[in-house]
Amino acid sequence: MTPIKMSKLAGAASLIALGLTLPTLAQEAALEAAAKTIQAVDKGDTTWMLVSTILVILMTLPGLALFYGGLVRAKNMLSVLMQVFAGFAMMALLWVIYGYSLAFAGPETGSLSPFIGDFSKLFLAGVTPDSVVATFTDGVYIPELTFVVFQLTFAAITPALIIGAIAERAKFGAVMLFLAIWFTFSYLPIAHMVWAGSGFLFNLGALDFAGGTVVHINAGIAGLVAAIVLGPRAGFPKEPMAPHNLTFTMIGACLLWVGWFGFNAGSNLEANGLTAQAMLNTITATSAAALAWATAERILRGHASLLGAVSGAVAGLVAITPAAGLAGTMGAIFLGAFAGIVCLWAVVTLKPMLKYDDSLDVFGVHGVGGIVGAIGTAIVAAPALGGFGGEGFDIGGQLITQIIAVIIAIVWSAVVTFVALMIVKLVMPLRVSDSDENDGLDLSTHGERAYN
Amino acid sequence: MKLLIAIIKPSRLEDVRKALTGLDIHGMTVTEVKGYGRQKGHAEIYRGAEYEVHFLPKLKLEIAVNANQADAVTNAIREAAATGKIGDGKIFQLDLIAATRIRTGETGPDAL
Repeated sequence: MTPIKMSKLAGAASLIALGLTLPTLAQEAALEAAAKTIQAVDKGDTTWMLVSTILVILMTLPGLALFYGGLVRAKNMLSVLMQVFAGFAMMALLWVIYGYSLAFAGPETGSLSPFIGDFSKLFLAGVTPDSVVATFTDGVYIPELTFVVFQLTFAAITPALIIGAIAERAKFGAVMLFLAIWFTFSYLPIAHMVWAGSGFLFNLGALDFAGGTVVHINAGIAGLVAAIVLGPRAGFPKEPMAPHNLTFTMIGACLLWVGWFGFNAGSNLEANGLTAQAMLNTITATSAAALAWATAERILRGHASLLGAVSGAVAGLVAITPAAGLAGTMGAIFLGAFAGIVCLWAVVTLKPMLKYDDSLDVFGVHGVGGIVGAIGTAIVAAPALGGFGGEGFDIGGQLITQIIAVIIAIVWSAVVTFVALMIVKLVMPLRVSDSDENDGLDLSTHGERAYN
Repeated sequence: MKLLIAIIKPSRLEDVRKALTGLDIHGMTVTEVKGYGRQKGHAEIYRGAEYEVHFLPKLKLEIAVNANQADAVTNAIREAAATGKIGDGKIFQLDLIAATRIRTGETGPDAL
């Protein structure tokens, strides 16, 4: 029944509530009553968190799966759906077995506590329907299991994002083994560093409201490294590899957008005004990014494409994620529009320049969008610009903190990704054979076709 | 007898059918095909990647007619299928040696 400490605010609240012992009986009785009160969970907040959890599941299944699936060739449609689907299922299990414990359990102090939790909640030991966690408001709690399942969805979607970078050539077994290793050594430590009360980046003062660093930079960099290590698809860039069904991609992108409300607004852990602000930011930044990408495309290339508009929307969603509860509405619009343009540049100019085959632009959209968002958070969170960074907010100082956090995430993710791929390579080939790649992964790996 | 093979834009099919009905032509075979002529094809751009699409979708009509109708039918198809833009298609005339209606066994012009 001990509330775990998730933030400085909540940590301070429970210290005050539990640590003071006052001499008189009356005061002791009052304190006991107060202690009982603080353990009661808020049902409204709990409901919102459960709804948010379901929304984030919708982002992956079927959102991300369809978004990616539509972008590959018809012969590889099922392989992408299957990798996302099976990846999600595996992460869900790893999360409750040891993921939650390593990300959020563990002592407040200790040599490893800034970087990783411990095994004290292995197999969810001690987590019962009665245990609670603090929210951002003093004395407001939600059931710990709500937090466990909400965070499970983040842990599940992040590795799944990487799949887009290595689509159409990676071996299914290799993907699954790689995702398990990457989840353990990249997702869990970075989630702990950014969000846990004892986390290194948390205590550095890095701002990441809903996972820009943990989810998008982390997965985006992993995608880039994996795409380079695996090498380009056979025939890239000479053979046509046009998306086989942009209608699916549109549906997937819109499911991502809807689900992202749970992702961003759910990260407030409560249902209040700031939650509404995070939701509004998730609409405005995304709209601005979609229109910015499409407009730039119209000017530079003569057409405003649907794929451009939905790619811009995802870039906007990514960029506003770290700032969702910190930016004002106008700041969100600015950040979204900027991210839309920068991600377009990354995909259209940077990728051909460096010649890596990031099949579905995981790095161009999630990596670059995440970096823009994380650094931009230092600007749009400023109260002078309508943000909610708090009194005495210093843009310059915060910028440096954000950049340090971004660099740490980039290096950590890149190193873990590379080592993880080398380990997998010792066990099995990373890629399917040339003839299997030629036939398409649907038939050669899964023995079925998407379309008959 | 003549066999007319017309390659047209898919959007012009209904107009061509109407024009031929006016000429008392009762049958045709339509196939969806792909090809290119002077139009060459077009470019498609997906995010950064640009693809040249060389083969464009067209319809192939096959119509068997009496020799004396061939030029009139050709003109009717031309008028109905023309948009004035590149890629409108072509019409070929071939000599048709024989024709047989499977149901009745009729041959020659009676079978058309």
